[in-house]
Amino acid sequence: MSSSVLATVISNGQEDLLKEWVQQQLQAEGMRRDLIKVEELTAQSREFLQRFQGAVGSGDLLNIRSMGWSPVLESIGELSRQRGRMGFTPTETALFVLSLKAPLTRLLREAHKDDPIKFIEEITVVGELLDKLGLFTMEVFLQSREEVIIRQQEDMLELSTPVVKLWDGIVALPIIGTLDSARTSVVMESLLQRIVETGSEIAIIDITGVPTVDTLVAQHLLKTVAAARLMGADCIISGIRPQIAQTMVHLAIDLSAVTTKATLAEALKTALQRNGMKVVSSSAV
Amino acid sequence: MQERIPILQMGRVLLVTIQVDMHDRLALQLQDDLTNKISESGAKGVLIDISSLEMVDSFIGRVLANISSMASVLDAKTVVVGMQPAVAITLVELGLSLNGVLTALNVMKGMKLLERE
Amino acid sequence: MPVLNSEVLPVRGEGDIVSVRQAVRKWAVEIKCSLVDQTKVVTAASELARNLLIYGGGGEVRLEKLQEGLRGGVRVTFEDKGPGIPDIPQALSDGFTSGSGMGLGLGGAKRLVNDFSIESEVGKGTRVTITKWK
Ligand SMILES: Nc1ncnc2c1ncn2[C@@H]1O[C@H](COP(=O)(O)OP(=O)(O)OP(=O)(O)O)[C@@H](O)[C@H]1O
Ligand SMILES: [Mg+2]
Repeated sequence: MSSSVLATVISNGQEDLLKEWVQQQLQAEGMRRDLIKVEELTAQSREFLQRFQGAVGSGDLLNIRSMGWSPVLESIGELSRQRGRMGFTPTETALFVLSLKAPLTRLLREAHKDDPIKFIEEITVVGELLDKLGLFTMEVFLQSREEVIIRQQEDMLELSTPVVKLWDGIVALPIIGTLDSARTSVVMESLLQRIVETGSEIAIIDITGVPTVDTLVAQHLLKTVAAARLMGADCIISGIRPQIAQTMVHLAIDLSAVTTKATLAEALKTALQRNGMKVVSSSAV
Repeated sequence: MQERIPILQMGRVLLVTIQVDMHDRLALQLQDDLTNKISESGAKGVLIDISSLEMVDSFIGRVLANISSMASVLDAKTVVVGMQPAVAITLVELGLSLNGVLTALNVMKGMKLLERE
Repeated sequence: MPVLNSEVLPVRGEGDIVSVRQAVRKWAVEIKCSLVDQTKVVTAASELARNLLIYGGGGEVRLEKLQEGLRGGVRVTFEDKGPGIPDIPQALSDGFTSGSGMGLGLGGAKRLVNDFSIESEVGKGTRVTITKWK
């Protein structure tokens, strides 16, 4: 099909087309009039139509990944992301493009009043084109939702790893809950980062609140101890519960090169001693 | 003329700050220069500040370990200071632990460590 | 898998190892790798580029930026027409070296990336491919 026919049809009928399309969108079932104003919708639709017309005129009608379509995809991308954030459903979002079908069909029917075959040919192509754009809308929409979820997960991970400065030169990382590999590496990275920031030569990793430790996590712990040593800091691991101690022995994990203490309090005492301090009860002074 | 990494003498301590992405020959040159300088000056300590280094691979790691053992033969202690967390994590994963090399968080702490040793 | 961009760097001398490191760093930053992941892939690339130069007698390094669904990646291929590796499992094991190294390069590089593959034919050459995903 010569793309110019469609382009001419659009440019001739532009204002009507816009009005009809916006009308279609507003009437569609599931239109969130609570979330978007008519003026905004009209502006978005006008912008889109201009880009759409440009793409129809220059580009390949059936390949929306070709160069000519990139302004259109860009504008759909922006819209889907925005609607994703605003709380539209995927269907409501895809309606934007899909509801262009009816008004375009009407325009084409009028343009080909005397040539039904031509009309059917064209409308098939236009239908396919709009379906593709609709699918693309869904794709971007879901992708942006997924991005939000990933970001939230990352934030959660960081929130759940508070590295605290216990004393001048001593930081501690109390780990609570199950450690999986992803969490362990985030936790360990932030510990090493805090060692640099605070200039702490001793780091206490307290695992009292960790129910189980598997081989991978144990290896992560040992690697963190080794990395801290390369940076010039020593680690003390405290709070290894009896079951975990047993598992470690079963898994043949060698902790002999690492200082371990039963409790966080004891670890702190050792750390203070290494820094040349001593904890005494005030009555004993 | 080949570029060189400067060695600063502060009393009985030699200080080297590595600031460039070293190619292999430059690292070997540093190893040579340092051993010469230790024996010339009778320095008792060497501080190698790598806080600006964005990467240490097995080659650079080996050069650091060599410097440390050669210095030790010449009766000087070597402290590698300021290794970045990302570099340390990577070195451990690579399988290089630099056993026997002393480390410190920064130059100040490295100095203190040398005084103690 | 869509390849968004690619670049080929020749490795003929030591200075080229530094260029490979810098190019890999740049691409890892572009796909928004974390600092640790950047450092890992740059270090792996440094090891492999050095092997390519020392044992392979030089060759080519190809960098490719990948996109698979949501995640971006960098793929780096090291290819030489050198003597090849007769026993790959042995070469991969930590501590094995036929030269004066520590034998950590190949095994270490493998641990530092997400995907690692190696093909080699004695007398023909060696190709090592690594990929780091964001
Ligand atoms: N591109 C290559 N062509 C031919 N042989 C190779 C190639 N890459 C590696 N090898 C062989 O594999 C062995 C192991 O390589 P690896 O990088 O693990 O250790 P290395 O280079 O000897 O020491 P290091 O990397 O620790 O300095 C090498 O000694 C060499 O025999
Ligand atoms: Mg090697």
